[in-house]
Amino acid sequence: MPKDNGIGAATTRREDIRFLTGEGQYTDDINLTGQAHAVFARSDVANGVIKSIDTTAAMDMPGVLAVFTGEDFTEVGGNPAGWLINSRDGEPMKEPKRPVLAHGKVRHVGDAYAAVIAETKQQARDAVEALEVEIEELPAVIDMASAIGGGELVHDEIETNVCFDWGWIEDNRAATDEAIKNAPHVTTLELVNNRLVPNAMEPRASTADYNPGTDEYTLYTTSQNPHLTRLLISAFVLGIPENKLRVVAPDVGGGFGSKIYHYGEEALVLAAAKKLKRPVKWTASRTEAFLTDAHGRDHVTKIELACEKDGTFIAFRTETMANVGAYLSNFSTATPTFLHGTLMAGNYTVPNVYVNVKAVFTNTAPVDAYRGAGRPEATYSIERVIDMAARELGMDPIELRRKNFIKPDQYPFASAAGLEYDSGNYDAQMDKLEAMIDRDGFAARRAESEKNGKLRGLGVNAYIEACGIAPSNLVGVLGSRVGLYDAATVRVNATGNLSVMVGAHSHGQGHETAFPQVVADMLGIEAESIDIVHGDTAKIPFGMGTYGSRSLAVCGSAVVRATEKIIAKAKKIAAHMLEASDGDIELKDGQFSVAGTDKSVSFGEVALKAYIPHQFPIEDIEPGLEETAFYDPANFTYPSGAYACEVEVDPQTGKVTVDRFAAADDFGNIINPMIVTGQVHGGLAQGIGQALVENTTYDENGQLLSASYMDYCMPRADDLPFYQVDHSDGTPCTHNPLGVKGCGEAGAIGSPPTIINAVVDALQSGGHDVAHVDMPLTPSRVWTAMQG
Amino acid sequence: MYEFEMTRPTTIADAAKALGDEDAQALGGGQTLIPTLKQRLAMPSALVSLGAIPEMKGVCMSDAGEVCVGGATPHAVVAAEATAYPGLAGLAAHIGDPAVRNRGTVGGSLANNDPSACYPAAALASGATIVTNTREIAADDYFQGMFSTALEDGEIITEVRFPVPEVSHYEKFVQPASRFALVGVMVAKFADGVRVAVTGASEDGVYRWTEAEAALSASFSADALADLAVSGDGMISDLHGSGDYRAHLVKVMTGRAVAKAA
Ligand SMILES: Cc1cc2nc3c(=O)[nH]c(=O)nc-3n(C[C@H](O)[C@H](O)[C@H](O)COP(=O)(O)OP(=O)(O)OC[C@H]3O[C@@H](n4cnc5c(N)ncnc54)[C@H](O)[C@@H]3O)c2cc1C
Repeated sequence: MPKDNGIGAATTRREDIRFLTGEGQYTDDINLTGQAHAVFARSDVANGVIKSIDTTAAMDMPGVLAVFTGEDFTEVGGNPAGWLINSRDGEPMKEPKRPVLAHGKVRHVGDAYAAVIAETKQQARDAVEALEVEIEELPAVIDMASAIGGGELVHDEIETNVCFDWGWIEDNRAATDEAIKNAPHVTTLELVNNRLVPNAMEPRASTADYNPGTDEYTLYTTSQNPHLTRLLISAFVLGIPENKLRVVAPDVGGGFGSKIYHYGEEALVLAAAKKLKRPVKWTASRTEAFLTDAHGRDHVTKIELACEKDGTFIAFRTETMANVGAYLSNFSTATPTFLHGTLMAGNYTVPNVYVNVKAVFTNTAPVDAYRGAGRPEATYSIERVIDMAARELGMDPIELRRKNFIKPDQYPFASAAGLEYDSGNYDAQMDKLEAMIDRDGFAARRAESEKNGKLRGLGVNAYIEACGIAPSNLVGVLGSRVGLYDAATVRVNATGNLSVMVGAHSHGQGHETAFPQVVADMLGIEAESIDIVHGDTAKIPFGMGTYGSRSLAVCGSAVVRATEKIIAKAKKIAAHMLEASDGDIELKDGQFSVAGTDKSVSFGEVALKAYIPHQFPIEDIEPGLEETAFYDPANFTYPSGAYACEVEVDPQTGKVTVDRFAAADDFGNIINPMIVTGQVHGGLAQGIGQALVENTTYDENGQLLSASYMDYCMPRADDLPFYQVDHSDGTPCTHNPLGVKGCGEAGAIGSPPTIINAVVDALQSGGHDVAHVDMPLTPSRVWTAMQG
Repeated sequence: MYEFEMTRPTTIADAAKALGDEDAQALGGGQTLIPTLKQRLAMPSALVSLGAIPEMKGVCMSDAGEVCVGGATPHAVVAAEATAYPGLAGLAAHIGDPAVRNRGTVGGSLANNDPSACYPAAALASGATIVTNTREIAADDYFQGMFSTALEDGEIITEVRFPVPEVSHYEKFVQPASRFALVGVMVAKFADGVRVAVTGASEDGVYRWTEAEAALSASFSADALADLAVSGDGMISDLHGSGDYRAHLVKVMTGRAVAKAA
């Protein structure tokens, strides 16, 4: 049994008290003496030439302190892409500059071309309206296929709308083509992975402070990774020395990827604070969030699955167009490539995989990693085409998957898409799933639905993803411009409590509860005496932040390593105190004892000794008890799972109701099962949202039609069923010290194909010859599909 | 928002006087107007709140047996108190969410005449009378297309009188995001015939589906609609559904409303 607050305990989240009682401190809650307010002037056309911006009238408006335009930032750098992708022909990707403020051209609705700083937000807003701006509208580049064809350009200087044309693995292309040509059966499917607006509850916000006395800047900002933001601003954009820039990401109200990236607004408030020698604050409106947060997904894919007549998989081949929007956001080039193509073998022993991805610039908001990032797109393509193949071959969709699953004795398994999976047991998950969903009772439930005039469908899928991002050496070879380790400092205070400074950032993941459980378990002390410190570059070691379900697998491993160092040193101190040799010291339940004796000192006594080192062997041991570790993983981690759901379709209206949903996940070892369950629930809600309701629509002029909650539907509680979730008995990760795999994105990855598979099953059961419907499955789309 | 003055008169007469000013605008529950102001899409110089006028609030029965709702009565009050007219109470109970129902008013809804709003269907299907500070307007004359009504500038809806049908039901198929009506149909059966009002569907706003009225007046059952066809021409087409889809839903929702009418 787990200890009360140790590894495996379902400890309630200590941070929730603060959040639920309104005591959280978010960026917008921070108000500095003398602060001024920034408001941005944003383009209302998708593509246009900035002919002129006359700021004279705006400058004369009451309270106005400064006006910035793109002209003010021509001497500084652009916001870079973090990952270099080479095209199939060896050419590096096209990297047009992404300036702080648009200069020369505006490239999407919401693109900021000017900013006004005033005493109040209201005054700044009034002055933005007083800017005299002439923008000549150009035809908008929206549809990816036409954009690839040429014509109007998003970036004139690169002479194409194609950022790169990537092949994975290029050397396997010929063999895959050949295998498909000779295959007895090929199933082909074209599908759209719909664009999503992240919709974090807290909009982005940034407040900059500048101290002219020390030339130091502080940026309070909504970030998932303050050190990365600092690095980008320092090394690429503004050139502020890293040691002069402190980035603080306090409580952050959800990110889902959209707050990984550095945005121009952060640079603007820093530059303005320096110019005015006053703090400058900006908080996005919900409309700005819709128009300018980096969106997610937006792939158009053709996938082929070649197999034997008995269903043995021979090859997967895909051609994908991935929308990167108007500018390259920081991870936008990695998401459709190495976080997507490398997963294209799924959970299967398929021998041939070839993936082609063309990344396309369009006059839309930038697109980047969003909960799952590339893996949902891979899983969706694979699991939809398998379902379709099962139908074509007349096979049971579960049996077809089982037939091709990697078996437990095949690990480590080198997938045909280039990854080495370390552990898993997909058949065991599928066994569990069939029981959870009560597969045997499905026929009776279907009959019951039909009696009520409804169609019922059962959908299943299996997924694998790559988390614990990422081994720096490997990603370096693949084009990453950063390392992806993480770091932790464990500081034992003199009175025996602990501060653990971590590079990961918690914005909903529950780190403040889960990380102390790990340390408490290792030291045998109460978790309540351990606090996590995160989100402030002045306090924490250089870590890479939170995304890609990496926090526990990578930063948690750093915490383990640092705690191991603490234990080693504490044993030395204890040995001195107990007049024994450190090899004989054992740590159990917070007591250091000499093996085989009743002599012991408590953890607290050792801590006190470290800081009040009277009669201390300073020639052998330094005073103090504080250790730092950096951890760079040896491999990705590979969470996997099997999901199933049942839906009811109202054939008269096309409305889909999710009646039941079961998720059997393998996250390796579990530190806090309650937090894991919560993460799965949230992920499922997002995945079901993508599958059924979230409909990001640009018209042909590049206007975002779904730019408010009146048109953009978020999943609500009554859209969702009660979930059955099981993540017990996982197969531990073999290469990190906790054996954990990561659980933050799984739900969003595994659920969309489950839903679509179920809806197609329901429609087919009603005699409708519908092989596929593109997400989101709104009632009107389902009804339209049923009309043939 | 831009700056504006705000007054809270306590009589209809004072409110009418305040609204005589050209740039003044009435404020009901603010559920439509306040978001519009926040987006700076309107700039009235003064808002005249109707929320402090006792004679414009509450639900009562007229001597003629109509349910009379004060123009500034919030939806939640109608849902709870219009028990004499269950179809109307049920409609009010499913507008928006609790916050919207506690603020939004019947007068605001009818004055705004959003093509997807619910109350216009109730007023039209009931053959209601819209009472203003200057006159009485029959529902059949009141609705004049999307966001357009018979109201003059500054005219205040003080009360709405709903004749009570024998049986009625409002069936709403929600637009998933806003949860306004993608298509909503109010069916009301009176002694002298059936009235059917459709909201959410037409580019001309709320309308009466007269073919269905005739068929249902002859035989009040969903089957009576079987031979009727609804054309997608002139129906709203947007990212939530095509005109043909809405036309199809008009018939489905009407049938369901008839089946549930009580
Ligand atoms: C999230 C949300 C969901 C909603 N869902 C629905 C729904 O499902 N169905 C539905 O029908 N509605 C819905 N609504 C609309 C809401 O119910 C209100 O009816 C509507 O906003 C207008 O009423 P109000 O009292 O808020 O008017 P206000 O916003 O105050 O005013 C609207 C307009 O009417 C004018 N006005 C107000 N009162 C009067 C009056 N007595 N006489 C003359 N003119 C007046 C104002 O000057 C203004 O032009 C929703 C609104 C929101 C915000």
